[in-house]
Amino acid sequence: MVLYRDEGVVLRTQKLGEADRIVTILTKRTGKVRGVARGVRKTTSRFGARLEPFSHIDLQLHTGRTLDVVTQVETIRPYGEALVADYPRYTAGTAMLETADRLTVGEKEPALRQFLLLVGGLRTLVEGGHEARLVLDAFFLRSLAVAGYAPALAECARCGAEAVRAFAIVAGGVVCGTCRPQGAAVPAAETIALMIALLRGDWPAADASESRHRVECSGLVAAYLQWHLEHGIRSLRHVEREPAHPSAQFPHGSRT
Amino acid sequence: MYEGVVQSLIDELGMLPGIGPKSAQRIAFHLLAADPADVKRLAHALLEVKEKVRFCRICGNVAAEDECRICRDQRRDPHVICVVEEPKDVVAIERTREFRGRYHVLGGAISPIDGVGPDDLRIRELMTRLADGQVTELILATDPNLEGEATATYLARLVKPMDLTVTRLASGLPVGGDLEYADEVTLGRAFEGRRLLDV
Ligand SMILES: [Zn+2]
Ligand SMILES: [Zn+2]
Repeated sequence: MVLYRDEGVVLRTQKLGEADRIVTILTKRTGKVRGVARGVRKTTSRFGARLEPFSHIDLQLHTGRTLDVVTQVETIRPYGEALVADYPRYTAGTAMLETADRLTVGEKEPALRQFLLLVGGLRTLVEGGHEARLVLDAFFLRSLAVAGYAPALAECARCGAEAVRAFAIVAGGVVCGTCRPQGAAVPAAETIALMIALLRGDWPAADASESRHRVECSGLVAAYLQWHLEHGIRSLRHVEREPAHPSAQFPHGSRT
Repeated sequence: MYEGVVQSLIDELGMLPGIGPKSAQRIAFHLLAADPADVKRLAHALLEVKEKVRFCRICGNVAAEDECRICRDQRRDPHVICVVEEPKDVVAIERTREFRGRYHVLGGAISPIDGVGPDDLRIRELMTRLADGQVTELILATDPNLEGEATATYLARLVKPMDLTVTRLASGLPVGGDLEYADEVTLGRAFEGRRLLDV
């Protein structure tokens, strides 16, 4: 039994038995860790709330035979509290957690850059200065880059030519007229410019983009991301773009 | 490993929630030693629950008939609906004796990471119930954890265009826990002190 301490972000929790949870945490130094939190679903638990998804925590665990056991938790920032009050931001945040989980394949393999990206992404999301979906797409693009899958955006992914025309997922980004495979998407130049801005963290340029280019960008980024992960990101389907008027979906929903 | 039928009983018991291999073994040997009549009654109850218990067509609670006991009770206030995740939450709230309105059981909470979105819950049915204007207050009693809060936020926003008072159980319920584990006093207090939700 070895005690260790680290800081991390709770990616997900699963019920275990009557009152316990298995908590998956992306930590700063150790990488992804799965630990048991005993008794957290009981209302008398010392750290139930601190081990909710999105929580940035300082924690102590001891190694166990199959799973490590969480023994101490202190909250650094409870991002979940702010996120649940805003549904589109909450769903965007959920897709971030799932992606961070999926991109860090091995447990206890240090993933410092992915950890820093996640903390930065959650902070930006909570601060609310940019559209939630833009923050999510920026997180996707940079996470792909950290994982070694950055899409080529400035020059042809195949030959390096500068005059690019299309975006081909299989080719790894933008392609020129000669290299362009069949069925490649032909996005607006502004959409590619937005992807470049998001990848670089150029927020003034990203914030100035038009809605149609944002939608096109999200589509390309999502397709590119899902192509690089074996299974799709489940929560992506539930991400809401902006405060819509959901009652319109339910014809019986409003009193007339 | 035990022989044939004993091992398959242990395997079946071990698949129940909260029962590990050790408990499964203990229960199996308890049943082996028990009076045959007692075991028959248990077997009968197991079969009967699958045959006879249904879900109330109005609120989604477990019911012995088309509609549950609470929905059929004319003395229950039809102007207030308390929204919960699971039938066991109805039981927990009924224990407090604080609430005289009706329920709506969602069948879970929104959890995008598990692939559960609003369309997978009984939200459409809730909207249908609210459509005739009889309900004036909606109490959101989803679990005091992240998924429960997100579900409450979603519902509050959804019913915003309607002329409804939307309340959430007061804090004081320990965050991160399951509603069913809250004791009667705490849960009752949370009901009394429910706060207006404004999204
Ligand atoms: Zn080329
Ligand atoms: Zn009912």
